[in-house]
Amino acid sequence: MGNPEAIIELENVTAGYPDAKILENVTFKINRGEIFILLGGSGCGKSTLMKHMIGLNPILSGKLKICSLEWNAKNRQRLCRKIGVMYQSGALFGSMDCLGNVMLPLEEFTSLKKRERVEKAMQLLGDVGLADAANKLPNEISGGMKKRVAIARALALEPEVIFLDEPSAGLDPITANALDDLILRLRKERGTTFVVVTHELESIKKIADRAAMFDKSRRAMIALGQPKELAESSKDPFVKSFFTRGQTNV
Amino acid sequence: MGFCSAIGKKATKRARAIGDALAFTGEATIAAFATFLTPHKFRLKDCALAFERAAAGGLSIAIGIGFLLGLILAFQSAAALKMFGVEIYVADLLAIGLFRELGPIITAILLAGRSGGAFAAEIGTMKVDEEIDALRTMGLDPVRFLVMPRVLAAICAMPILTIFCELSGLLGGALILRIMGVPPAAYWEHVVSSSGMFAIVFGLAKSCLFGLLVGLVGCGAGMNTKSTADGVGVATTSAVVGGIIAVAIADGLLAVFCYSWGL
Repeated sequence: MGNPEAIIELENVTAGYPDAKILENVTFKINRGEIFILLGGSGCGKSTLMKHMIGLNPILSGKLKICSLEWNAKNRQRLCRKIGVMYQSGALFGSMDCLGNVMLPLEEFTSLKKRERVEKAMQLLGDVGLADAANKLPNEISGGMKKRVAIARALALEPEVIFLDEPSAGLDPITANALDDLILRLRKERGTTFVVVTHELESIKKIADRAAMFDKSRRAMIALGQPKELAESSKDPFVKSFFTRGQTNV
Repeated sequence: MGFCSAIGKKATKRARAIGDALAFTGEATIAAFATFLTPHKFRLKDCALAFERAAAGGLSIAIGIGFLLGLILAFQSAAALKMFGVEIYVADLLAIGLFRELGPIITAILLAGRSGGAFAAEIGTMKVDEEIDALRTMGLDPVRFLVMPRVLAAICAMPILTIFCELSGLLGGALILRIMGVPPAAYWEHVVSSSGMFAIVFGLAKSCLFGLLVGLVGCGAGMNTKSTADGVGVATTSAVVGGIIAVAIADGLLAVFCYSWGL
C-alpha cells in the first residue's frame, strides 16, 4: 500500500490575527478521504485555524495548501469549488427555503437548467434525510435540521473537502449521533474528506480517523494521531486530562 | 498619559472606520461594474423585495410627512405674506422649496431612518449568523450578492417616494390657502408657473443620488457589523446617522455647485 495522498498540508503555520498570534509552528497533513478532527479546549484556536483553511483569513506565516493550491486571489475561485463548509449555526439564508439554500451554489456555478437544479437539490436533501423540509424556511426547522441542510448545501458542488464547525454543538445526544452517522455515511458513499472542529469526545471516538490537538497556553499543536492512541498512550498531561474529562491531574 | 492614549485610541478607531468605508466603497464600485458586465447574475428578486419594502412600506409615511410639511410651511409663511396681501406667493415658495430642496431631503431622511437602518440590521444579522462568511466560502461576493440589490432598490424607491412627498406637500399648502380664501385654480397656476422642468428633474436626480448614499451607507454599516452583543444595534444607529450626514453633506455640496454654476 502506497503513501496516502495529502489533500491539506500545513507547514509551520502561524494562526491568528495581525494583532494576536494564537497558534505557532503548526505542521500536519490531512489525507484524502480522512475524517480529521481539530481538537482542543475553548479558545485554543481550532476555529481560527479552520478559518485560515477555508480562506476567510490569511495565515500570518508558513504554508497552507489545499489540493496543492495556496489561498490567494488567483486560486480563490478554484479553491472555493474544492471545499464546502458547514458553520456552527448552519448559516442558512433566511430569505430562502431549504431547497433554495441548497440550489444557490448550483444556480451560481453550474449551467444546469432549473429542473435539473431542483432535482439535484432534492436528491441532496434526500441524502441528508430532509426531502420533506424542502419548502420550509430556516426559521421553521430545528438546529439539527439546519445543520443537515447546511451539509447538503456544502455537498452541492461535490467538493473534495468538507469543513464542519462544531457539528454537535447545541444538539441533543440522539441528533448529534445521527449527524455523526450522516458524516460516516457520506464519507463512505462519496469518499469526501471531512475536517471537523469539535470537542465532543463521544463524537470524536465515533468518527475520527485522526486528530490534532491544540493548547491555548502553549499556543501550539500538542498532539497528532488517532484519538484512541492519544487517549491511551499520550504522555502529555493536558491530552490525558482532556480525554479523561479532567479526571487526571494536569 | 491616559488622556493621550485615549486620543490615540479614538484617532486609530476613526482612521480604521475611514479605511473600512473606503474599502467598502471600492468593493461596491467593483461589484457595480461586475453587475453591469454580467446583468444575468444580478439578484432581481432580492432587489424587487427590497424595493417593495422601501417604496411601498415607506409610501404612507412619505405622504403623511409631505402633507404636514406643506401644511406647516404654508401656514407659517402665509401668515407673514398675508400682511402684504401676497399670500398667493406661498404657492411659489412651496413649489420651488419642495421640488428643489425639501422633497428630496425629507424623503432621504425618511429613507435613511426606515430602509437604511433596515439594510444595516438585515446584513448585520447575516454577518453575525456567519451567512456572509458562508457566501465568501462559496466563492460569492457578498457585496454583489447583498449590497447591489439593496442599493439599486434604494435608488429606484427614492424618486417615487419624493414625488409622492412633494405632491402631498403641495396638497397640504393648497388646503391652508383654501382656508385663507385663495382660489385653488390660482394656487395651482402659481405652482405650475414657478416650478420649471429643471427644478423637478434636478430634484429627482438629487433624490436618486441620495438613495445611492443611503443605500451604500446602510449596507456598509451592515457589512462592518461587529460580532458583539450590541453589534447590530450599533450598525443600525450608524447607518441612520451616517445616512443623514451623507445626504446633508451631498446636499450642501450640490447647493454650492448650483450657486457657482448659476443653476
